[in-house]
Amino acid sequence: MDVTVKVKRYDPDAARPQVEWQEYPISIDENATVLDALIMIREEVDGTLSLRCSCRSAICGSCAMRINGHAGLACKTKASDSMDANGTIVVEPAGVMPTVKDLVVNFDLFWKKIEEVEPYLKPEVPEPEAEYIASNESMLHLSGVTACIMCGACVSDCTVLEVDPTFLGPAALAKAYRFTADPRDGDANGVSRDRLAKLGMPSGMWDCTRCNECVQACPKGVAPMDRIMALREQAMEVGFGNTNGARHAEAFTESVGHSGRLDELRLPVQSVGITNIPALLGFMPVGWRALTHGKLPPLVHKNVEDVDTIRRLFRKLNNS
Amino acid sequence: MLEHDVLIIGAGLAGMRAAIAARAGGANAAIISKVHPVRSHSSAAQGGINAALTDRGDEWEDHAYDTIKGSDYLGDQDAIEVMCRSAGQSLIDMEHMGVTFNRDEEGKLGTRAFGGQRRARTFFVGDFTGQALLHVMFEQLIKSGVQRYEEWFVTSLIIEEGQVAGVTALEIRTGKLHAIRAKSVIFCSGGCGRLFEPSTNALIVTGDGMALAYNAGAKLMDMEMVQYHPTTISGSGVLLSEAARGEGAYLRDKNGERFMEKYAPNMMELASRDVVSRSEQTEINAGNGVNGCVLLDCTHLGEKLIMEKLGQIRELGLDLTGKDMIKELVPIRPGMHYIMGGIKTDIDGQTNLPGVYAAGECANVSVHGGNRLGANSLLDTIVFGERSGTHAAAFTRGQSYINVNEGEVVAREEQRLQGMLDRPDNGDRWGKIRLAMGDSMNRNVAVFRNKEGIEETIQELQELKTRYTSVPVHNKGKVFNTDLIFALELGFMLDCAETIAVSALERKESRGAQFRIDYPKRDDENWLKHIVVSQGEVGPELSNLPVTITKWTPEERKY
Repeated sequence: MDVTVKVKRYDPDAARPQVEWQEYPISIDENATVLDALIMIREEVDGTLSLRCSCRSAICGSCAMRINGHAGLACKTKASDSMDANGTIVVEPAGVMPTVKDLVVNFDLFWKKIEEVEPYLKPEVPEPEAEYIASNESMLHLSGVTACIMCGACVSDCTVLEVDPTFLGPAALAKAYRFTADPRDGDANGVSRDRLAKLGMPSGMWDCTRCNECVQACPKGVAPMDRIMALREQAMEVGFGNTNGARHAEAFTESVGHSGRLDELRLPVQSVGITNIPALLGFMPVGWRALTHGKLPPLVHKNVEDVDTIRRLFRKLNNS
Repeated sequence: MLEHDVLIIGAGLAGMRAAIAARAGGANAAIISKVHPVRSHSSAAQGGINAALTDRGDEWEDHAYDTIKGSDYLGDQDAIEVMCRSAGQSLIDMEHMGVTFNRDEEGKLGTRAFGGQRRARTFFVGDFTGQALLHVMFEQLIKSGVQRYEEWFVTSLIIEEGQVAGVTALEIRTGKLHAIRAKSVIFCSGGCGRLFEPSTNALIVTGDGMALAYNAGAKLMDMEMVQYHPTTISGSGVLLSEAARGEGAYLRDKNGERFMEKYAPNMMELASRDVVSRSEQTEINAGNGVNGCVLLDCTHLGEKLIMEKLGQIRELGLDLTGKDMIKELVPIRPGMHYIMGGIKTDIDGQTNLPGVYAAGECANVSVHGGNRLGANSLLDTIVFGERSGTHAAAFTRGQSYINVNEGEVVAREEQRLQGMLDRPDNGDRWGKIRLAMGDSMNRNVAVFRNKEGIEETIQELQELKTRYTSVPVHNKGKVFNTDLIFALELGFMLDCAETIAVSALERKESRGAQFRIDYPKRDDENWLKHIVVSQGEVGPELSNLPVTITKWTPEERKY
């Protein structure tokens, strides 16, 4: 099978380092993965091409990169599924993290965020002599998260990290959830209050915008965004309602539950807190721009026509 | 100059366990690895970790017996006793650290059956136990505060006053060469599987530590004992876990027959790996296979069990063969998987070189002898990683550093590497040499071996070694020059390959993974002994060591 692998290259050793695209026309097996193609290039065509790879079986997490614009593992992506009509596969380094050389990116930021969530079990009660007794379901649920191989695909495609490098990001938050959801972590009831408090701070769980890119990118089905949403639920359950994010969620629910639609004027006010004068003043420029561009929400918030149905739904949900 | 009491080379399970233990023992410990720790090949272990838990009615002696029988009586029984006695506590330690082991109905640790063992004592996390353990060990490494040199490649050992005094290492991201002084060095650098083609092993498994230690005078032992795993994917050689058979999968020939009935009527598909691989190869050679493979049948296990316990290998089967094991048979074949041999150590990881230790796959304690049981390798890494780290920390207490002239050492090594970069392009490539080596090993030093074949490979290896001395490196750059790294790794692999081939030629009997067509019987009278290889003046020198037998006398091996 003939294929052209178009690789985004960068050589910091060059006299004037710059990004360049290079095309490698090669012939590969029908079953070959994108990684097989890259290895063939490296071994037989161009030894200067650098990439990380090791296990070839989607477990070491080395070969995450962007293939046709989306992050994934090269070893888990079939070449034949990735070619366009001209037989071309476009390969770039992972995003968000700076490129070191060719397809190799600098993971420092990634690991720093992992370390920030104190990624080790912290039981607050004495260990039992034998193993902890835990349900198989709870362990299977956690294994769905510990299946994360730290490949960085989710971080590469995270739309928040792209603009805000302070965000903990999908991998670190999923890692954190792996502890908050562990019955062995935290107090005797398995509640990890300290963790949840820290994760509720700015740049933490409430900064995810739910774009779903991490869920799409994850090659191991970890679904980081779903774990972040679960973290939020845990935080509110143990009473951490006094954060912008939690208030935002509550104001959102209250508004929709009451009128059937979002009251976009009240939402930001309730999210930051009505007494939070500096934050409220901070909204003025945005409000002014909205006003001058004719995009200010209606000052009088009206109910939707069929508001009773929505209220009934909410009552039903609240009672369940 | 960078310096550490204990420097651990390799950050897989054994390395991280050793580093944590050395630190706990009060040593200034550091760990150096050519890849980030979680990229290490321990992650690829799928099926589980063995331990005899007495509260399940199991006994460590039973585990020891199964291991000894599995080893075809070549394992040292004192070492096996240590491992099997420690297994329970090591397992519980890992659970307390946070490993999400599957549970039974009562919420206790659940088990699955595994090859060569008379009862289910394999504890597991789905079918990615190695990854689960590795990531938890990395969490503990972070917690321990051990200094980490990640993506640093050890290029040579510094030898001063006839002793190992540290290492030189290339910081891969910058291309800068460093010298690190150490009072003690622990090799936890993994096996050398890539010198076979194909192999289940990751691309990083290139025998670096074995070759470095060997060239510094350490003894290698049982190098002829190379495990071929019964269930690997044709072509790439990627592994499908023994867990499939542990959960009840069958092996079938082209007519649908469960051929293991002929070879191991009691244990069937769960006989030891050497036995199953040999049976498969016999069937394939007799024309009973399908395109050089036999068939793994999981279709009767049901979707729920497969998704819950074998989900990852189902994905692998789908990704790499297009077959869905829930409803289709998957073609598989024996493939190179593990080396039982390695750097000879005692039960505390000490080699014959003062201050030099080894643990994990690069070491040979010896607990696996002629054939390793599935799920004993993870156990080996943790038990002997810990013992090595603890012992090394104690060893370095009160020791002082050997004098090293940093500038001179670094300049000499830089010159050597520059010499490789400066070689003219003669049209040869390290990839071609590696492939020729891998093909040769897989042709002649595989499941079935004979004198002529092994001699042919030894001859071919000599030619490849000659070619290696002038193989060019295309990438001349500093930053992330993997081309240079691969060239260095190839040198390590060629050294290891030679020790494997000469040991296989030397052992004139069939035992465990070594099956000699020309000597098809086990010969306890002449060969119940280890073969030891040392670097001599002009190449490998062979000698023997006795097998330690405590209370299990060798008997005929039937499954």
